[in-house]
Amino acid sequence: MLDLTKYSSLGEAIRDSLETWPREVCLYESDRGQEKERITYREFKARALPLAKWLEESGFAAGDRASIIMTNQSKWLITAYAIFYCGGVLVPLDYKLKPDEQWKLLKHSGAGVLITEYPIWRQLSVSPGREDAGKVKTVLVTEAPANGDLSRAIRWESLQAPGAPKCVERKRQDLACIVYSSGTGGTPKGCMMTHGNYLEQCVALTTWYPFWPGVKYLSILPTNHAIDFMVGFIGPFTCGAAVVHLRTLRPEFVREAFPKYQITYVSLVPLVLKNLQKGLQARFDELPANKRKVFEALRAINVSLTKSRPVLPLSRLLLKPVHAAFGGKLQAIIVGGAFTEPQTLQFFYDLGIPVANGYGLTEAGTAITVNDLKPFRADTVGKPLPGMEVRIVNADGDGIGQVAVRSKTVMAGYLNEPDLTAETIVDGWLMTGDMGRFDASGHLQLFGRKKNMIVTEEGKNVYAEDIEQAFEGLPVKEFCVFAANYVWPSRSMVGEQLVLVIHLDHGQTFTEELRKETVARNSRLLNFKRIQGIVLYDQDFPLTASLKIIRAALAERLGKLKREEAILPV
Amino acid sequence: MRTIEQTTQEILELATKHFKVAPGSLKAEDDFYKKLGIDSLQALDLLSRLENHFHIELPDYEVQGVSDFKTLAERVQVRL
Repeated sequence: MLDLTKYSSLGEAIRDSLETWPREVCLYESDRGQEKERITYREFKARALPLAKWLEESGFAAGDRASIIMTNQSKWLITAYAIFYCGGVLVPLDYKLKPDEQWKLLKHSGAGVLITEYPIWRQLSVSPGREDAGKVKTVLVTEAPANGDLSRAIRWESLQAPGAPKCVERKRQDLACIVYSSGTGGTPKGCMMTHGNYLEQCVALTTWYPFWPGVKYLSILPTNHAIDFMVGFIGPFTCGAAVVHLRTLRPEFVREAFPKYQITYVSLVPLVLKNLQKGLQARFDELPANKRKVFEALRAINVSLTKSRPVLPLSRLLLKPVHAAFGGKLQAIIVGGAFTEPQTLQFFYDLGIPVANGYGLTEAGTAITVNDLKPFRADTVGKPLPGMEVRIVNADGDGIGQVAVRSKTVMAGYLNEPDLTAETIVDGWLMTGDMGRFDASGHLQLFGRKKNMIVTEEGKNVYAEDIEQAFEGLPVKEFCVFAANYVWPSRSMVGEQLVLVIHLDHGQTFTEELRKETVARNSRLLNFKRIQGIVLYDQDFPLTASLKIIRAALAERLGKLKREEAILPV
Repeated sequence: MRTIEQTTQEILELATKHFKVAPGSLKAEDDFYKKLGIDSLQALDLLSRLENHFHIELPDYEVQGVSDFKTLAERVQVRL
């Protein structure tokens, strides 16, 4: 691995990697089981620098912002490197957002250049919001068909400019990325991440989970997500390792990729991990009685021999068919983005597959705590990574309070939101909004959220304020959306749900027609943003002088109702 | 060549069988996430089954954001 303490920017660090491991493969790209690309570090450089030169020639300068909206693929990383090389600020956006949401964030970010894929551009170029695209002046589109309508965009593959571009120097405190961590309703929250944030995080993470030439990381989580950006780009690319991209993300192709590429690491959200568990369990259940008995005995031996630490070679030998299905080289499954149930983590560990479960926030530069596997603990989110100071604020009698973090990985603030930044980073401490406590061995345990926010099992952050827009105009006196666990604190990180609290007009009843309209509006929301319950409340909502709902006060009043009686099914 | 109605009907039948719901209970306008109570991964599984059934390839970007059978049928139809 490069000595990252010597570097002040991502561009310089990756530049030196490309020189250090020219013959190592850095990218594999496969579609439906067919390998489409295999790129070495030398080839990566040869593809990225002409793009950097073109950006330089077109006037793109240090501190300028460029956004990427792409699925996970080689051109994502090539483009990101070219942006860093020019000293630019990368704005990675979620390709799964709706086009109007993407335009809104593009405008908010101040990006002047957009790099996207043809199918995404096809939707963006006709969607509402494009007229008000802010500073976006240049659009580069990848993989457009020869006769495709580019709507004034430029073909990415055609970009060529003679000569070598200049690698623009950046300081550690300079912005590297603006990362949007949540929904787009209300105030978009653009986390301003510095080069220093990423370099520090990379050192911390690779201390516990190292990368080296020959490591193959399977990139499934969207690369705009903090986790994949770190372990599917910065981590491997500063260690001479490789990233595997799949252009079609279907369970069967993902399964196939493990043995084909002998994957070393993969990051998953809890939902996918749980599905993997279900699939494996179903296969174990189908085993004939005698084979099942042998399997259970081997699993029991593995459990007893790996109590204090993982012994991968031994587990691979004992439970060979299971490990063969994962390619036989898997070091760990990294799980994050949301809370994972302990029994799922334990299931994999008992099979000899360590799960690096942890806890993090985009605002904190990805991971705050990670399981150090010494020994494996399924009931916690691990210990603070090197360089992370974590404390519990205002702990109650049980030692549970808000988790606060101080570290060089904490963001510079929210873009254009000084008040929100001041509320979130207090005296250098990032207030996470999560409730937790440390156990006797220094492991962090989580107990729910202080903020009115839900993190779905797919790792999506959902804010109540974001959902309320869908119900604007509903013919009732007033309404408000809450995360049920915020109103009725459950001290649980699972089973969260959103509820719509409705206050009807005087004399109005909740008719079938009104119910239907509520359901119709709900169904227009993306699947993971939908409300799962309705609460009919017959009191006026507490309001501020400017007629905004005082959420905390309303939540406190609602909390006096019995949860199971108050929530009606949608 | 199938008509869009035939394609829709075949998709509904496939989903009925695959997710073991009562015959006739699914409609073209239904939101399949909601009606079948499935997550995005199970929806991907359904897509793979549709590909095998219709002998087509449905790229991920074509089905991005699609949540009802009717739109799904339209996306399938253009590839038949």
